[in-house]
Amino acid sequence: MANYSTNEFKSGLKVMLDGEPCSILDNEYVKPGKGQAFNRVKLRNLRNGRVWERTFKSGESLEGADVMEHDMEYVYTDGEFWHFMLTDGSFEQHPASEEALGETIKWLKEQDVYVVTLYNGAVLTVAAPNFVELEVTETDPGLKGDTAQGGSKPATLQTGAVVRVPLFINVGEVLRIDTRTGEYVSRA
Amino acid sequence: MTNHKWGSSATRAALLERQTLMQQIRTFFTQRDVLEVETPIWGQAPVCDPNIEPVEVASGGFLHTSPEYAMKRLLCDGSGDIFQVCKVFRQGEAGRRHNPEFSMLEWYRVGWNHHHLMVEVAELSRVLLNKPDLPVAVFTYREALQRYTGLDMHSSTEADVRALGVKLAGQDLDLARDGWLDVILSHAMEPALPSDTLVFLHDFPVTQAALAKLGTAEHGPVAERFELFYNGTELANGYHELTDADEQRARFEQESNGRPLDENLLSAMATAGLPDCAGVAMGLDRVLMHRLGVETIAEVLSFDATRA
Repeated sequence: MANYSTNEFKSGLKVMLDGEPCSILDNEYVKPGKGQAFNRVKLRNLRNGRVWERTFKSGESLEGADVMEHDMEYVYTDGEFWHFMLTDGSFEQHPASEEALGETIKWLKEQDVYVVTLYNGAVLTVAAPNFVELEVTETDPGLKGDTAQGGSKPATLQTGAVVRVPLFINVGEVLRIDTRTGEYVSRA
Repeated sequence: MTNHKWGSSATRAALLERQTLMQQIRTFFTQRDVLEVETPIWGQAPVCDPNIEPVEVASGGFLHTSPEYAMKRLLCDGSGDIFQVCKVFRQGEAGRRHNPEFSMLEWYRVGWNHHHLMVEVAELSRVLLNKPDLPVAVFTYREALQRYTGLDMHSSTEADVRALGVKLAGQDLDLARDGWLDVILSHAMEPALPSDTLVFLHDFPVTQAALAKLGTAEHGPVAERFELFYNGTELANGYHELTDADEQRARFEQESNGRPLDENLLSAMATAGLPDCAGVAMGLDRVLMHRLGVETIAEVLSFDATRA
């Protein structure tokens, strides 16, 4: 990969830092009047999502990271890996480990499309769409006439995820869930 | 301002504010009998500061990074008090608060020291920032370093300075003591300075003297320099100017890093002599940023470097 100098750092650039692939979030040039020039850089570690703040001497460089994002459809799991397929018609498949899936494992539904980040050709992370639609497989029976009142109960969805839902929801209903908060939004 | 690629990065209101600013500067100095001068933007010798990168011209020579050397030759030549507003050029300085070409106000007061000049800088800053009642706070570099980091400018060891610098930078950088102090100043001290106040830091470490006289403060030797900070940005940098020609040559030789020395300035200082004086440079684009309350320097420039 090419090297990038601090003056080429910009939001979205993927670079290697401490052996980890990172995405640059922010780059600020600072220079005391008569002193050394620096770049204060915020980076997101793409493996674990942590944000790092690092200062570099202006003109230093970092190696680019071979990181690509692709839309991929979730196909199946063999118990050890979860397999995703490119939606570009190539049928090319990539296995993702449980670690790469992270929280997204709660929202995996066959044939749904996810954003898969590849690092050196292997799956680094899988991001769920902001909203998913999943069927309720288990919950206490719904209470009629309780559509306006507050109150909630746990419901297990087809992926195994458990979310809080209103009391009137029944088994078999399909719900819209916000994957960022893990909260019920509405009936789908 | 338009959304076209050829359009200005500033609004018309910002351009008007710049016009008003220039008028206020000229009125201020005319009333005080300070002579307005112009010196060449192009010169044969470059700046002699290792942290400032001049623009080298393909046909020879350099664009100035500040009008300091030429204005000092005028002072040697008997000009008396002088000021100048000009464009200066610094290779590679680009960012939210930096543009490689920017507007500088520089002025010199004969017979003054840096303390006297700080008073005038505060007076002008209140006018230019449109805030007649802005309070002023004056700290020595030592006081500010002590207050905001606990380090002592004179007695803290290399290891102490480096340890704090590494912590602030998030990693070890190949820097000497002054480089780490620059990290500490920009990361820990600047953001902690009182807000909505003209804050002067003065009496810098002697290793950061640049072209300032050396003096003796209560706790040890200092460089008779000041910097003005306002709401997190540095606006001005002033000196009780070094007048000793031999000392000047020695500092140039130490810092030149192979660049040619400005022999005209050295000759002027060695023969006619630079009168005892204080001088300061102020970044006008940053003043305008504060005056307009904008976040990027591009918004006060008709065309920033990406559109120039």
